Amino acid sequence: MKKVLLAVAGTVVLAATAVVYTVAARPSPAEPSKVEHLSLAPGQLFFRSTKTGNVGVVPLANPGAEPKFSDLKCDRFAVSASTGMCLAVRPGTLPAVSDFSILDRNFTTTHKDYLPGTPSRARVSPDGKRVYWTVFVTGDSYAATGFSTRAGVYQLDNGELEKTIEELPVLVEGKRYFSSDVNYWGITFSKDGKRFYSTLGSKGKTYLIEGDYDTYRGKALRENVECPSLSPDETRIAFKKKVGEGVWRLSVLDLETMRETALAETRSVDDQALWQDDHTILYGLENAVWAVPADGSGAPRKLVSDAGSPAVTS
Amino acid sequence: MYIATSRSSDVAAGTERKAGLRRVSANVVALGAVSLVTDISSEMVTAVLPLYLVLGLGLNPLQFGLLDGLYAGATAVVRVLGGHLADRWRRLKAVAGFGYGLSAVCKLGLVAAGASVAAIGVVLAADRTGKGLRTAPRDALISLSSEPDTLGRSFGVHRAMDTVGAFLGPLVAMAVLALSLGSYTSVFFTSFCIAAIAVLLLVLFVRDRPAAVDRAAVSVKAAFGLLRERGFRRVAVWAALLGFVTLGDSFVYLVLQRRWEVAATFFPLLPLGTAGVYLALAVPLGKLADRIGRWPVFLGGHVALVAALVALCGPVSGFWLAALALGLHGVFYAATDGVLMAAAGPLVPADLRATGLAVVQTGQAAARMLSSVLFGLAWTLWDLQPAVLVAAGALAVVALGAAFARPVRK
Repeated sequence: MKKVLLAVAGTVVLAATAVVYTVAARPSPAEPSKVEHLSLAPGQLFFRSTKTGNVGVVPLANPGAEPKFSDLKCDRFAVSASTGMCLAVRPGTLPAVSDFSILDRNFTTTHKDYLPGTPSRARVSPDGKRVYWTVFVTGDSYAATGFSTRAGVYQLDNGELEKTIEELPVLVEGKRYFSSDVNYWGITFSKDGKRFYSTLGSKGKTYLIEGDYDTYRGKALRENVECPSLSPDETRIAFKKKVGEGVWRLSVLDLETMRETALAETRSVDDQALWQDDHTILYGLENAVWAVPADGSGAPRKLVSDAGSPAVTS
Repeated sequence: MYIATSRSSDVAAGTERKAGLRRVSANVVALGAVSLVTDISSEMVTAVLPLYLVLGLGLNPLQFGLLDGLYAGATAVVRVLGGHLADRWRRLKAVAGFGYGLSAVCKLGLVAAGASVAAIGVVLAADRTGKGLRTAPRDALISLSSEPDTLGRSFGVHRAMDTVGAFLGPLVAMAVLALSLGSYTSVFFTSFCIAAIAVLLLVLFVRDRPAAVDRAAVSVKAAFGLLRERGFRRVAVWAALLGFVTLGDSFVYLVLQRRWEVAATFFPLLPLGTAGVYLALAVPLGKLADRIGRWPVFLGGHVALVAALVALCGPVSGFWLAALALGLHGVFYAATDGVLMAAAGPLVPADLRATGLAVVQTGQAAARMLSSVLFGLAWTLWDLQPAVLVAAGALAVVALGAAFARPVRK
C-alpha cells in the first residue's frame, strides 16, 4: 500500500511539473502590434518574422525602416514576378503536414494545397508561373528514424502538382543513375521556365543536376553543390558547399568556366541563397537576413533582425 | 499494480495453478507498465524530433539519419554488455533500471543541448545506449518471473502493453504542443517527466529475479559456453539465419508506398497499421505459442511475412493491398518478437538468462542489419519486384529448414 501511495504521489508530482513547465513555456502572445495589407509591389524585401512567424516587409532601399507585417504566418516565404508562395506547417500535426498557399499581386490567396512533411525551402520561378519547394519527411529512409527530403513543383497555369521529382530520369557521368535512396532538394528555375537546377543526394554524395522540365530529363554537372540558386543573368549559381559534417560555405559557381568562388560570409549557412540582383546575395542566418556580394569581395551586412526566409520583388 | 497474485503465492496456495484462466505474474505486469510509460516518453520525442531539428533549430536532419544507422549498430554491442553485467552482478533490475534512467536523463539532455549539433548527437547516442542496456535484463526478468508453460502469454502481455505506449506517445506530444503553443522543449521536458514516472514504477514494483539462483560463476567464459550448448546454439543460429533473410520494416513500407499512391501522404502512418495488428494479436498468439509450441508459431510468423511480400508483388493494389500487407506484417511481429524470447528463455540457465537472451537478440539484430544492406543493393541492381520475390523465396527456404531442424521442442 505504501508503494502504491509513493507511486501515485510521485506520478502526480512529475505530471504537475510537466504541466507547469509546459504552460510556462508558452510564448507571450507576440503578435505584431498592427497588421497591414501588403502587396507585391516592386522594390520590397519580404521576410518571415522569427518571433511571430508573420510575413513582414521593408523597402529594399532602406531595410532598416520600421517593418510592416501581414497577418499571414509562414515558415518559408517566396515571391517572384506577381506570385507569392507561403509554406507553413499545420500546427499540431504529427507526422507534419504543410500547407502551401499561392498569393497574387494583392496578397490574396488564390490557391491552397497541402504536402506531407516539414517545410525546408520555397521558391517561385522568375516568370511567376511555377512554385517549388523542399520538405523533410520522416519514415522514408532505411533507418527507422531517418529523414529524407522531397522536392516538388506546382504549375499555376494548369494546376499540375508534382509532389516529388524523385522519378526524374537522371544521368550521372553519362550513365542513367538508379538508386532507391535518391533525394532531391533545392530547385531553381530559369526565366524560360524550362531549365532548372536541383541537388540530388544519394549514397552520401550530392550532385548539381541540370534538368529540362518539358522533356523531363536531367544530368549531373558537378558534385558537392547543394541548394542551387540561379542568378538573374543565368550565368552563375549560388549554392552551399559542404566543407565539413553539417558545415556549409556560401559559394558561387560560374556555369561557363565551372569556377567556384567562396563568398565573404565565413559562417556556416544552411539556406538556399537568394539573388537580390546580379551582384548581391541574400540569406537567413542566426535569426537575421544578411546580404553579401556575389563576387567574393566585401563583407556580410545585416539587413533585418529577427527575420528569415528573405524574398524580394523587382 | 498488484492485480495479479505473485508467482510464489500461486505455488503456495496451489489453487491458481489449476484454474484454467491463469494470469501473468505481477512482475510481468509491472514490467509491462514500465515499458508502456517509457514508450510514451520515447515515441513523443521521435514524433517531434524532425520538426524540432528543421523548424526549431534550422538544422539539416539528413545528418541524423546517417548517425542513427551508426547508433543502431552500436546498441547491438551494448545489449550483450547489459545482459552480461546484469547476470554477473546478479542485478537484473539494477542494470535495466540504469538503462531506463539513462534514457530518461537524455530527454533533459535534449533540452540542455540547445542548438548544438554535436551535443544533440551525443545525447541521442546515450539514449540508444540506455535502450540497448535495458532490453536483455528486462526480457530475462519477464522470463524468470513466469511459469515455463505460460512464457508466451507473459511476453505477449508485455509486448502488447509496450505497443499501447507507442500509440499514445505521438498523441501526448500533440497535446503538449497544443498546450505549450508549439514549444518543442516542453515536449522533451514532459517526455523526461514521463520517463521518470516509468523509472519510479520500476523501482517500486519490479522485483529482481524471484528465486535464488545457484551460485555458478557468471563469467565471460560461461557466456561463451552458452553457445556450446547444442539446444541454445541451434536456436540462436536459426534466429540469426531467419533474421538474415527477413526484410526490414522500412523496406516493407517503401514497397507498399510504391504500390499504393495514396500512401505517399500518409506514409509515416503505415507503421501504425502494423503496430495495431501487433497490439491486437500479441497476447492471443503468445497463448497459442504456449499451447501448440513456440517454434511453430515463430515460424508461422515468418510464413505470414512471406505471404505479405508475395502480396506486395501480386496483382491487388490500393487500399486492400495495404490492409492485407500491414495485417500480415503485424501477424509476423506478434508471432515472432516476444515468442522467440519465450522459446529461447528456458534453454538458458536462470543465472545466465539475460546474457543468453542478449546473444539471441544481438545475433538476430546484426543479421537483419546485414540483410538490409544486401537488400538495398539487390533493389538497386535488379529493381524492386525481383528483389522482393528473391527475399521472399530465401525466407521461405530458410523457414522450411528451420521447421525441419526444430531446435525447440516445446
